Order: sequence, then C-alpha cells, then structure tokens
Amino acid sequence: MTNAKTISGHQGLQMDEPLIFELDSPGSSGVDLPPPPAVKSRLGAVAARNGVGLPGLTEPEVVRHYTRLSQKNYAIDAGFYPLGSCTMKHNPRLNEKMARLPGFADVHPLQPMTTVQGALELIDTLAGWLKTLTGMKAVAMSPAAGAHGEMCGMMAIAAAHDHRGGPARKRVLVPESAHGTNPATAAALGYSVEAIPATEDGRIDLAAFKAKLGFDVAAVMLTNPNTCGLFEREVRELAEAVHEAGAFLYCDGANFNAIVGRVRPADLGVDAMHINLHKTFSTPHGGGGPGSGPVVFSEALAPFVPLPAIIHDDDGYRLIESQDDDDGTALAFGRMKAFHGQMGVFIRALAYTLSHGADGLYQSSADAVLSANYLLAKLKGTFNAPFDGPCMHEALFDDKSLKGTGVGTLDIAKALIDEGFHPMTVYFPLVVHGAMLIEPTESESKRSIDQFIATMKGLAERAKTDAASFHAAPILAPRRRLDETAAARKPVLKWKKGA
Amino acid sequence: MRYLPLTEADRREMLAEIGVAAVAELYRDVPEAARLPGPIAGLANHRGELEVDRLLSAMAAKNVTAGSVPFFLGGGAYRHHVPATVDSLLQRGEFLTAYTPYQPEIAQGTLQYLFEFQSQVALLTGMEVANASMYDGATACAEAVMMANRTTKRSRAVLAGNLHPHYRDTTATLARFNGFEIVAGDPAPAGKEDLAGKIDAATSCVVVQTPDVFGHVHDLTALAAACQAKGALLIAVVTEAVSLGLLTPPGAMGADIVVGEGQSLGMPLSFGGPYLGLFAAKEKYIRQMPGRLIGQTVDADGRRGWVLTLSTREQHIRREKATSNICTNSGLCALAFTMHLTLLGETGFTDLARLNHAKAVQLAEKLGDLKGLRILTDGFFNEFTIDVGRRANKVVNKLAKRGILAGVPATRLFPDSDGLTDLLLVAATECTTEADMDALARGLGELL
Repeated sequence: MTNAKTISGHQGLQMDEPLIFELDSPGSSGVDLPPPPAVKSRLGAVAARNGVGLPGLTEPEVVRHYTRLSQKNYAIDAGFYPLGSCTMKHNPRLNEKMARLPGFADVHPLQPMTTVQGALELIDTLAGWLKTLTGMKAVAMSPAAGAHGEMCGMMAIAAAHDHRGGPARKRVLVPESAHGTNPATAAALGYSVEAIPATEDGRIDLAAFKAKLGFDVAAVMLTNPNTCGLFEREVRELAEAVHEAGAFLYCDGANFNAIVGRVRPADLGVDAMHINLHKTFSTPHGGGGPGSGPVVFSEALAPFVPLPAIIHDDDGYRLIESQDDDDGTALAFGRMKAFHGQMGVFIRALAYTLSHGADGLYQSSADAVLSANYLLAKLKGTFNAPFDGPCMHEALFDDKSLKGTGVGTLDIAKALIDEGFHPMTVYFPLVVHGAMLIEPTESESKRSIDQFIATMKGLAERAKTDAASFHAAPILAPRRRLDETAAARKPVLKWKKGA
Repeated sequence: MRYLPLTEADRREMLAEIGVAAVAELYRDVPEAARLPGPIAGLANHRGELEVDRLLSAMAAKNVTAGSVPFFLGGGAYRHHVPATVDSLLQRGEFLTAYTPYQPEIAQGTLQYLFEFQSQVALLTGMEVANASMYDGATACAEAVMMANRTTKRSRAVLAGNLHPHYRDTTATLARFNGFEIVAGDPAPAGKEDLAGKIDAATSCVVVQTPDVFGHVHDLTALAAACQAKGALLIAVVTEAVSLGLLTPPGAMGADIVVGEGQSLGMPLSFGGPYLGLFAAKEKYIRQMPGRLIGQTVDADGRRGWVLTLSTREQHIRREKATSNICTNSGLCALAFTMHLTLLGETGFTDLARLNHAKAVQLAEKLGDLKGLRILTDGFFNEFTIDVGRRANKVVNKLAKRGILAGVPATRLFPDSDGLTDLLLVAATECTTEADMDALARGLGELL
C-alpha cells in the first residue's frame, strides 16, 4: 500500500496531514468571541506582548486535522493491544459519561466544602473500595500516576524511618526485573539502589536477597506478580525478613489486575502499594495519561499519608489540607501535587468498580489470568517460554526460537503491525533476552486471542524462510520504520518557520 | 458481566487446553492463606449501567456547579469556555484508548499532536523547547527545581513567597526527601519581594510565579539578570496559561525554565484534576529535562514522521540515573490543550486573553466602589486580591449560602500564615457576565 504513489499523497482512507502551522490562514479562528468591555488596561509594569505566532484555522479545518491524525493511531477500540505490563483493557463509555456530569466536571477544587460534598463522597467511596480490595489500612489518593505513587509510597517509608530514628537507612533493594521507574524513584529520594538477582525460575533468589538485607536497608521494592508474569511464591517469607530487618516492603502494583478481588496485598505482608487506576481500573490510557496512582498503606505507614486527607463524620465530609493533631494528620509527610488528586480518573475508576462489583472483579482477574495461560499454552511450542507456568495475567517469551533465522524480537513486533495487531511489550523485562511480554487482559474474546495465536504461529513459520519480509515491515502502516537515531542525533522538537 | 467476552464454554475449552481443571489451579503460586475462596464479603456485586449512573449522578447532584451560580474562583484553576469541538474530538477512541507511542508507525496521530503541542508551548512561553507534558503545574515546578540542581550542581532553591503554596509544598516535599534546601519567602499580598537579595553562591534557582498567587503581574527582567550574575537559573511559573496571550512571556524576560499549569485551555475544572503540567526550557539544558520529548525524523521511505526521542534521559532506559521517574504523563490533557489552542489560533488566543483582562478590570471597577473593601493588586491579568475587612472565609461561606461562589479566601491556600484572614482572591474570565459581577458586588455590599 505504501508503495502505491498517489498524486495527492493520500492513500485511500489514510490522509497525509500537514502540521497545524502549515495549515495557517492568518486571521482565521475556530472561535467567535464577543468584543471586550471598554476598560483601561491594568496590566501594570509588564508590557503586552506583540503576537504569539500561532496558526489560524477555522472549526471545520480543525475537526478534519484531528480526525485525520486520529486515523493514524492504533487503539484498544480498534484491535488487540497486548502491551505487557500496561493492561490495555476495554474502556467502558459509561465511565466517560459519568466523568462529564457537570456535578463533577464543573466543580472548582477550592469551593467551600459544603458545596462539594458529593465530590468528597466520591473520593471517599473509591478510597473505601481500594482499601477493602487490598486489605490495607489507609490510602493516599493524590498521586497522579504509577511512578508518582511509587514516590509517594517511598516518601512515606522514608518519613516512617525518620520518625522512628535509629540507624541511617540509605539502601533500597530492587529486583533486576523491575520497571525502570522503581530504581529511578528510589534514586530521586537519595537512596542507593541495589539489584536483587533472580533464580532460574524467574523469581527473587531469597537466599541472595537475605544476604543483602541489613539494618541499613530502608525498603524493598517488589513487583508482584512480577514483570516475568510470575507470582513471587515466597513473598511472605520475604516480607517477614524485610520486617525483621526493620525495613518496609513496597509493592509495585502495576500488575494488580491479575489478583484484584482474589488476593489482598495486605495478606502478603505488603506495607505500601500503588494502584494504577488507568490499568486495573480501566480508565483510558489517553496516548500516555492522565493516569492516577493511589497508594494503599499498612498500619505502620498509615500515619504518614500525605495531604490532603478526607474525613467523614457527623458534619459530613471534610478535606484536611494542613497538618493537624486533631485530624490525625500531624505526621503527614507533605504534599504530592496541587489540589486533591485526579478526580476525573477517580470517577471513571469508581464507575468501573461499581459496574463490576466484588463478583465481577473476582471473575475479571480470573479471566485475565486464564487468557494469558491459554496464550502461553498455545504458543510455547512455537516460541520459547523461559519460565514454566502457570503465569499470571501476562505471558513471557524470549527470542531463543528465532536464533539463526535473522529475525529478531523487534522484527516480530513490526510484522505484527502489518497483521493488524499492536505489538506486545518488547525487550522488557531486561532479564530475558529479546523479551516479548504479552498481556491479553480479560476484555479480549477467545476469537480475538485465537487470531493472534494463529498469526504468531504463522510469523514463526515465515521467519524460517523469509527474514527479508520482516526487516521491511511494517509496509502497511501509516509510516514504515522511523529513523530514531537521526531524531536523537539532531533533535527537531518543534516546528520552525521556513524549516 | 457486560465487559467480559469469554463464555463459560470458552473458559472450559481454554482450561482444557492449558491442562488444568479449574482457574484456581492457575493461582497455585499464591500462598494458600492469601487466596480468597470467593468474592470479598461485604462489597456489592456487579451492577448495570442504569444503576451505576443513578448512584454517581446522585453524588454529582450534591455539588454546586460553577456554571449554575455567579462564580469567581481561581487560585490555580480557572473556569473557561471549552469549545464543543474539543471534547468531541477528545473522545475519539483512537486518541482515548491508545497508550504511550512506543510503536511510532501506528502512533503518528499521538506523536504529531504532541509535536504540535511542544511547538505551541514553546511559542506561548517564549522558550526554545518544551516537553510532551508533566502531571500538573505543581509537579512540573518541583521537577524544574531538580533540573536546576542537576544543571548547576547546587542544591539550594529560592522560592518566592507568592508562589502558589501547593507548588511550594510539592517542591518542599521533594526537597525534604531528596535532600536539597528550600528558602521559601512569606506570602507578600502587596506583591513586593526581594528575591534577588536571597541569591548566593549555593543557589541553584529562583522560582517565581507571574501572575503570582495574589494576581500581581511581574517583570522578571531584573531578576533574570541577578540570577545570571550569580550562576543560578530563573524558573518562571505560570498558573493561568491564558495570560500568555497578553503578557510578555517569561522566555522573553530571561527565564531559563518555564513551568505552568495548562488546565485553562481545554480542561474542565473537574475538582482539581487531571490537569496538565507545562515544561519548557532553553535548548542548552535539554539533556537535563524530565519527561517525554517528541522529535521529527523520516521513515524508511523518506517520509516525515515523529518519534519519542532523547529517551536516554528516561527511567525505562537509564533506571536510577534517569532525569526523572516520570512515565505516564498527561497525554490526553495535552491533546485537549493543543486542540483548544488550535481552535483559538493567533487572533482567538490573544483576543481571549484581552477579554479575560477586560472582564477582570470591569470586576475591579465594580468592587472598587464598595465601602470597606480594598483592592490590593495594581497590575493584574484576570485575578486580583481584595481585603474585605473581616474574615474572608466567613464572607465566602455566607455568600455561598446565597448562591454566589465569591472567590478563594487566602487562608484556604495559606492555612498556616498569619495576617491573611481578610484577603479574598477573585478571578474573572470570559465566562463571567456583568450580571454575575453585579451579584457579587451586591452580595459583598450587603455583608461589608
């Protein structure tokens, strides 16, 4: 298709679309504003600026521009999106409708509390679900995404150590297979990060781990289920050792979708865990956010939960925005962001939770795990699975079976694009060579999963004889492979006039 | 359950294929004591759309919406009219249900709008480069300070007293755990602070907001020179993005980094989030920037396209050596911002800014005539501070009972500062009608 040259540059339904700056009709606007009231400017000492340099487009041109751009995107709405560790599940539209109710969308965060009782009730209700589903004592609702939640959890841990006194704890232990955000978070808080090695079965080496543990360790950051798609069987022994050393167990909750409603992290010995509402609770990923990363805390860390807090008593709901002994926030460690959290995301997550209920969540995590194991069972004769099952909600393969074909993991990913699938997560986790991490989620039909399996098998077969076609892929997408090296060598990060 | 496509027959067939009798066997690696035998007791079971709609609508109905009353709140979140086109396009599934553009060949839509967004933010702020967004203005501010610390290899940040206190607290929280030092001034409602005098050889940056939290507009030129003379960076904070349509941008006044809140363009108030962190800087600091950057390149056929670039700064590559731990940011909010700004265009955006300022001046004129009330802000954009001569929070609560949302009492933002009890921040935007202004003037007139 990309080889078909057209006069216009368009190719059927794929429209070639310039930048907004190249569509500029000076003086045009897509908005009609009333003239301002006649008053004398009161800007003070600062001069008014002389133009900004923005392009002018009318509404029909704007609608067409973004509609065409949207058609260059793959999305869950359009097809299977098994991006491991990202939980690309169906985004129910009821949730969108609820978030747009004026009673939520058109409410200012600093209105008098008597005028926002429903908003506070919503946050408190979601907080209640999250605490019950995890078995934890407290929850911080304000973090804006998973990595921000990690930071919140690790700050509470640091605050607890500060409060307790005792020896300086400057080390944080992180498994080799962890998301990059874990070591980045620990480092941002001034900790030295040490990797915990894995055993041959893809899990933490408990003996090696215990050897690293000491009274200078502040916390262990564990992902469970881990990024190899496996449950850390010895998590309770690990938690016990962590607690004996006076440290805390932080859990990266990115993979909570495998166990939500069936296993409570509190029962595993976890002290703090963030929950990605944009993963497990289906709020749209939006091309990279917004997310939301509430953090649940054990009793030991509950006093340190950051501001703001919500209190519910006979007088209704109250937001506590500064430290106060009477409100139990004397030890609150600080503030994560402006205002009270990702309200729009909370609404969607609560709509999801109320829709599923306890029984629906119990079933959805089971279906997510079932689908991943089905994929593993069907594909492990074709691609090499480095670890034995059962897996949790994602299935991991490496590139061993491709050896000698001239086809690598990236080539498989690009060939999948031509086949109409979004590729799996590739080259992560780093502990496996040429990793392919496949997360089908519970919202995929068996028909759809079977089609993916058949495609993967077909690609494996073709790899044996036709490496060249893989290296050329994708040829049917809006763009072929892009030159990332050139992009980084001479960065062009904005449009420039005449460039 | 309407969201779960697997049928009972599918499940049986899949279990047989795996070779287990029941799904419980797939959870055998979970310690037995932690496996729940069934749905968690005490929680409700699944519900249909209609029931969920009723429950949530009942909660929504308990809130007073800004659009239903005369409304004057700002303080870092502003009520603007968002064209219908923005939300309609925002809900296209191809935008809404995609993720971070890791596979650029099938994410050119996201990549191109983020490239356009970066270009627009650079123009608005008067800076050379901008990233693809942060969580919100406050976290962007904290990240900017960390970036200044890395760049200057110093670790003391001077924060203006008139910086939004949530931004100050977010930055101070990071400082506490990261180990850098904060020198934060006291709030100065009159708008005068000596920041240049606080810069010393250990100062990595000065953080100053304009318009500031009390509404004062500042010329940063002299402060930028003072920073430069001492080797510190100037970080300018903008919480009302519409102001950039009228005011000289921080970049033109010598700022090294500009961060801000983008909510005003494209996003509803939504009780405080999700919003949009703006982050722009001079090009020479680019390798110290946090967050995603989109760069232009070509594909195998030589056609122009866009990719995530300079990723070696980021956590998924550099891990503990990354410039920030940020991963997911505010992609869809950036789309709302860029679509709103594209609709406005040059004339629409500058006209909107002028309209906002004129509305605020009109409001100041109406309130300025009231006895017992004093306007503290001389030079302002669309928000200013008034001294109501009595406890402002009580005035606000009384007016709320009369159906007027009068503004933000300074004590709501600065609960721990003295001497601010009588101060009220009031904002006007294109949404504020003359009737709204008259209602506020009448209400205040009766109380003061």
